[in-house]
Amino acid sequence: MNAPFEGIGASVRRTEDLRFISGKGNYTDDINRPNQVYAVFKRSDRPHAKIVSIDTAAALAMPGVVAVYTAADLAAIGGLPCGWGINNKDGSPMNEPKHPVLAEGKVRHVGDPIAMVIADTKAQAKDAAEALVIELEDLPAAATVRDALAAGAAQIHDNAPGNVCYDWHIGDKDATDAAFAKAHKVVTLDLLNNRLVPNAMEPRVAIGDFDRTTGLHTLFTTSQNPHVIRLLMGAFVLGIPEHKLRVVAPDVGGGFGSKIYHYAEEAGCTWAAAKLNRPVKWTAERTESFMSDAHGRDHDSTASMALDDNGNFLGLRVSTLANLGAYLSTFGPAVPTYLYATLLAGTYKTPAIYAEVKAVFTNTVPVDAYRGAGRPEATFLLERLVDTICHDTGFDRVAIRRQNFIPRDAFPYQTPVALEYDSGDYFATMDTAMKQADYAGFPARKAAAAAKGKLRGIGISTYLEACGIAPSAVAGALGARAGLYEVANVRVHPTGSVTVFTGTHSHGQGHETTLAQLVVEQLGVPHAQVEIVHGDTDRIPFGMGTYGSRSLAVGGSAMVKAMDKIITKGKKIAAHLLEASVEDIEFANGKFSVAGTDRAKTFGEIALTAYVPHNYPITEIEPGLDETAFYDPANFTYPGGCHVCEVEIDPETGVTSVIQFVAVDDVGRVINPMIVEGQVQGGVAQGIGQALLENALYDDQAQLVSGSFMDYTMPRADNLVNISVGTENTLCTHNPLGVKGCGEVGAIGSPPAVMNAVVDALSAYGVRHMNMPASPEKVWNIIHGGLRAAAE
Amino acid sequence: MPQVTLTVNGKSSSVEVEARTLLVELLRDKLGLTGTHVGCDTSQCGACVVHVDGNSVKSCTMLAVQADGAKVTTIEGLAAADGTLHPMQEMFREHHALQCGFCTPGMVMSAVDLVQKNPQGLSQDEIRHGLEGNLCRCTGYHNIVKAIDAAQGLMHAKAAE
Repeated sequence: MNAPFEGIGASVRRTEDLRFISGKGNYTDDINRPNQVYAVFKRSDRPHAKIVSIDTAAALAMPGVVAVYTAADLAAIGGLPCGWGINNKDGSPMNEPKHPVLAEGKVRHVGDPIAMVIADTKAQAKDAAEALVIELEDLPAAATVRDALAAGAAQIHDNAPGNVCYDWHIGDKDATDAAFAKAHKVVTLDLLNNRLVPNAMEPRVAIGDFDRTTGLHTLFTTSQNPHVIRLLMGAFVLGIPEHKLRVVAPDVGGGFGSKIYHYAEEAGCTWAAAKLNRPVKWTAERTESFMSDAHGRDHDSTASMALDDNGNFLGLRVSTLANLGAYLSTFGPAVPTYLYATLLAGTYKTPAIYAEVKAVFTNTVPVDAYRGAGRPEATFLLERLVDTICHDTGFDRVAIRRQNFIPRDAFPYQTPVALEYDSGDYFATMDTAMKQADYAGFPARKAAAAAKGKLRGIGISTYLEACGIAPSAVAGALGARAGLYEVANVRVHPTGSVTVFTGTHSHGQGHETTLAQLVVEQLGVPHAQVEIVHGDTDRIPFGMGTYGSRSLAVGGSAMVKAMDKIITKGKKIAAHLLEASVEDIEFANGKFSVAGTDRAKTFGEIALTAYVPHNYPITEIEPGLDETAFYDPANFTYPGGCHVCEVEIDPETGVTSVIQFVAVDDVGRVINPMIVEGQVQGGVAQGIGQALLENALYDDQAQLVSGSFMDYTMPRADNLVNISVGTENTLCTHNPLGVKGCGEVGAIGSPPAVMNAVVDALSAYGVRHMNMPASPEKVWNIIHGGLRAAAE
Repeated sequence: MPQVTLTVNGKSSSVEVEARTLLVELLRDKLGLTGTHVGCDTSQCGACVVHVDGNSVKSCTMLAVQADGAKVTTIEGLAAADGTLHPMQEMFREHHALQCGFCTPGMVMSAVDLVQKNPQGLSQDEIRHGLEGNLCRCTGYHNIVKAIDAAQGLMHAKAAE
């Protein structure tokens, strides 16, 4: 009987599942260290205030309290560093105010940590935190970019005049002005991209540990990139040399971007553990997550398209105000620039594009990358703009997209905003999506719904994503202060089994399965004999972690390179054993053979020989079969696709229900179709959440209104439908696997598909645009008149 | 401090707890059963669902002292002693109904109770409504619904044996 196929293209069931379905996962909060104490962070309940005094005496006298720390105790350590620097239009660097671990002199957002209380039990630490006497003097606060930019707005940082972080631009302004000057028609749209809270189901956790005898610090943390945390915290905050700092990110319960960043609690617990010589554990409560995990999106934009009389796009002009929150999160400045404005060509051949982005400090939680990061904002802007063009001009929304698509034969395609797309076929994804969604049958379904008193709408969106986040040189030119390569160490054991140490990190993506499939494919080793290791800086080489759909495209490619080295060395060993020339050795299906003969050695025999080198070409090669490769790609990867959403609105309640959702994506070569489908479905669910349900809401005093699952509408099973996923793949031309990435496509393509459907359903009411989320209240107000402005 | 005596996964335990200790804290911190997770502080997410005397319960919303004398089953106690998985666990794996795995224990425990309480069988819509108390951020629920749908057939067939 043949073994089941477990290589590239097989829906192998996941290796990691057995421990998760059995309750045997090892999440950070499941870890407890001997003699550990518990930290609780006292956070600001005010958006903007001067810290007049902090009296810790009563708290210190509470039972079980070990220590109370404030900024005064942390004077010797650095602030949390920003990993990305953006230059202004005039070339000057962005304003980069300090992001202290504990608030210094002022609090700048609700949730800003003021003090760290440490006690023998968590309950004691919480009780003591309540006993702190903190006197705050309120200052005027701003939650929106427009409030923060208004004349007379309170200064949030002394060294960020006018609350501006940077004023940046990209594209050819003159060419774009010229396109507008000759336009037959210009369509302009103002739009907001709503602020979201990532809400991975596992709250953040940090455990600091210290061994005085070795000087070794250990941080267990819920991170997507333990080496990045080690570098940032060790080098910039605490001054711990890297060989004395171990960062472990074990099983991590979802990230979606929010666990990329270096957070204050990680530094606080690591620092306090050394100070107290006891392990210090902090576990976020969900309410803390809402006010301390980096938020996502929050753009306020104006977009204009210049068109000729046939509906051809001549030029695009975009002006965006990006809310960065109260402090710079690790990659906050990158999101509205490198990950957003460079994407504004989308799937279209628009010849001239000019975008300006002003990034603004506000009294809100810092904003950083959340699933899709910048690319959903670009896609929402473009795809709402295209539908608005059709609304204003009468062009057909399918035809106008097709006529402006980058043609199939135009790849590689250089956009006017820095990127060069290597491959894609936007016609194929659109054709398949429309067929799968029975677009042609929509009028009949609309009529049937109308007969029942319901409003049906259908929406299309197309998108282009740049992911596989890398290449280092391009990222560096655009402001990255780190490399964005990836690394893999492939260790073949003497008996022929394989352990791969990858610099990527899995927090739901299923790397232990997918990456093992690459080994099955390339080395011919059975899946059961492959182990994937990630998440511990003491075990893995210096890798950059997982975000921006990079693990397979960058990390997988590093594995392929390392395995190439294994095969090259194996051929030399085989040539020696088989007394043949290296050039005559072929490797296939786990066997090294002499071409044209039946003489062969198995992979296992070669592995054993490498470690028991009795009969071995010892003067030519070293013993052992253990290779490392770093991979820094030549370009991003460029997934694209088309999403089609059908909604039905109940005019009585204003509730919008998704009836059908079809996503057809080009993600490059698929390694595990089951996992790709799951990734797309999950991303689409988050996109539907953004479009219909989710909204991180601040009031006009910058108080966080939606601060718990009671107030922030997370998508639940009965808010969603089955999500139909298809692929129409073109291969990436520059990585060895031809893969592009699938982690973010769902969240990028879906929000405008939903909103285009909602606007379509409400077309009889004269709606031109609606900002997200399309809440029942907004929709009901439109249908029942009077408050149409609420939708804008 | 109050003493709580309860049977967890067939094993009797007697534990001293503070009166304010939650059942989930007893399970995780006192008994080391870390399969039951805490995902929120408002009883919304369902990551902490266990069975108490045969009913699914959010263990973050029950005091440990309320479970005195109760029979509790956690995710660690769902499979047979020889490691044979419960059909719900099997179907979650077969249908890729989990990604990060954090909501999974609560999701599985809720699903088992939902299916057991509905021997007549559930439509996919009814399954979705039945999961109203459990949040998952990874899967979009699509595959969770599929897994529960597949498991209910297996569970009812087994119950009929």
